[in-house]
Amino acid sequence: MSASLTLVIVMAVMYAAGVYVMLERSLTRVLIGFLLVGNATNLLIFIMSGRPGSSPIVTDASVEDMVDPIPQVLMLTAIVINFGITALLLALIYRSWWLAQLGDEGDTLTDEHAAESADDADTTFRSSSDDDDAVAESIDEFERGDGATSDEDTVSHKKDAAGRAAASASDRGDAR
Amino acid sequence: MTALVPLIVCLPLLGAAIALMLGRRRRLQVLVSVLSLTAAMVMSAVLLVLVDRFGPAVVQVGGWEAPWGIVLVVDRLSAIMLLISALMLLGVLLFAVGQGIIDGDTETPVSIFHPTYLVLAAGLFNAFVAGDLFSMYVGFEMLLSASYVLLTLGGTGARIRVGITYIVVSLVSSMLFLSAIALIYGATGTVTLALIAERMPDLPADIQLVLGLLLLIAFGVKAAVFPMSFWLPDSYPTAPAPVTAVFAGLLTKVGVYAILRTQTLFFPDNQFSMPLMIVAGLTLLVGILGALAQADIKRLLSFTLVSHIGYMLFGIAIGTPLAIAATIFYVVHHITVQTTLFLAAGLVDRVGGTTSLSRLGGLLGSSPLVAILFFLGALNLGGIPPFSGFLGKIALFQAGTIVGDPIIYVLIAVGALTSLLTLYALARAWNMAFWRPKKQVEDYTSSMSMSLTEDPEDAGLVLKKTISPLMVGATSAMLVLTVSLSVFAGPIFDLTTRAAANISSPSTYIDAVFPGGTGSIADSNVGTNFEGGVK
Repeated sequence: MSASLTLVIVMAVMYAAGVYVMLERSLTRVLIGFLLVGNATNLLIFIMSGRPGSSPIVTDASVEDMVDPIPQVLMLTAIVINFGITALLLALIYRSWWLAQLGDEGDTLTDEHAAESADDADTTFRSSSDDDDAVAESIDEFERGDGATSDEDTVSHKKDAAGRAAASASDRGDAR
Repeated sequence: MTALVPLIVCLPLLGAAIALMLGRRRRLQVLVSVLSLTAAMVMSAVLLVLVDRFGPAVVQVGGWEAPWGIVLVVDRLSAIMLLISALMLLGVLLFAVGQGIIDGDTETPVSIFHPTYLVLAAGLFNAFVAGDLFSMYVGFEMLLSASYVLLTLGGTGARIRVGITYIVVSLVSSMLFLSAIALIYGATGTVTLALIAERMPDLPADIQLVLGLLLLIAFGVKAAVFPMSFWLPDSYPTAPAPVTAVFAGLLTKVGVYAILRTQTLFFPDNQFSMPLMIVAGLTLLVGILGALAQADIKRLLSFTLVSHIGYMLFGIAIGTPLAIAATIFYVVHHITVQTTLFLAAGLVDRVGGTTSLSRLGGLLGSSPLVAILFFLGALNLGGIPPFSGFLGKIALFQAGTIVGDPIIYVLIAVGALTSLLTLYALARAWNMAFWRPKKQVEDYTSSMSMSLTEDPEDAGLVLKKTISPLMVGATSAMLVLTVSLSVFAGPIFDLTTRAAANISSPSTYIDAVFPGGTGSIADSNVGTNFEGGVK
């Protein structure tokens, strides 16, 4: 078999580097190792096609000069498969990073759609009625007061009360 | 008849596409996946009958002839594997549907589960019908990619942790397989199994050795053969029960199938007999010793799974037609019984709230049906006389004594010991989980209290149902199947004997793929690639 020495050396270096990086603890490095080993294997398939030649399309060129097309077909398939698996691995690594950030909470974290239920609507209703109550209360307070406070103050007062009510509503939501 | 061969791969894939589109309609999705797997099962049964009667079915995909195009071959071995895996996939799917109904589909997100499961099925079928090494690789990758998704369903911390180990190990084995394919292509100039089988014996012995060992290591990782088996008991038990069951039953057996196929076709002189024997003995012993030390039913079963792969390797190592027939019988037996036991362990998990033996007790009283299901499965795996486990092992040992090497006698002793220890480990598990009274369990909390929930309608507590009739029904049906393997052991063994006769002489396979002989195929590749020289 006549193969390019450069390709063989590149393949060997990629295999060695890939295996070395794959043995690291960090998942992203494992992924890089997998990519290196995968591409080294693709190179190996490519080397197996033997000597270089013209493209394997039936033209005037003689069959003897054509390169063997089968390894290229195998390589293409292998590249596509590796691509898909790399995407999956990246998603898993991201998920594992996410879980590591959250600690034990990560496992118990439910997805956001689970909360969309009838109870949810109730909470929303309750919190908005709480807001109304708070507004009414602050107006009452203002009316009972000596009227020294200006209009602007009243507005900020109302806002505070509404904010408090909203906060307490969201607290209830969390506890639930 | 030949139309069925590609259809059995395409139909589950089509089902997967439809199920994916029906992501929001769960009932329709369930219907689609059950229907497509039922159809696959019927087709594989028809294929088995036809192939047994009229010989191997060969399909040249797209009309391209064998060494250039993709060729699909179904001989008796493939047909047997297709039928048994279709049956298992269907049974486990029904179990999963039953579990999903009880859980309200919170545990396994159905919209992902069904399409992925069907892709897994298609990959399995593709690996069994593949007539060339590369489409076998593609089949492997299909089922492995699906298994990555199934193992990490839900994305909880534990599953992601073991999932990544599993994926990296599988990727390494896939890379080894792909490298082996590349080297075999370089040496023989083809990836078609039948043509490799013809050209392999002409290669120098050392090159045959390298190629054979590469294939063995690549498939050995998938089959969880001893030095490469460490990943299995860690990764399988974390997945949902149905997923573990189908992995345990089928995924390792694809590796065994690939070893069986390549060893018998490429190396008919059985050059790898001695290393296979040693590895088989170590797998048997190390696996079962691991099982003895486990305190969790699922982990225990995973270790017995590793251990019993040793029996199949032993059969392949002996290599006589009788031994191959016994191996095929054992593979069929082991697929059914291991799947059933893992499903039964899933039921134990549901009624007992855990699979940890130190916290289980008194389940015989509370759920006698589960106790019986687990007990019969355990007896079968342990090799108690009337069951198929006993028959398979006896057939293997008999095939061994006919050859009668000293190392074979050592392996028979190891095999008998493993069988006893399997029985001991499973009997211990059964005694602790089902037989012993609850008061012997320290800090016992009744599983009933865990399944008590507040009734949303009115005040008070109600008992939540944890298992559905469909789950018990699916497990029972699988158990009936394992028992019927013992009842109909005679005809089934005759069938596996015919299958073994097929694959023991590679010329049958080669003639089926190349009816006109291989002489007309130009050796251009071999000329340019190999003989041209390791100059």
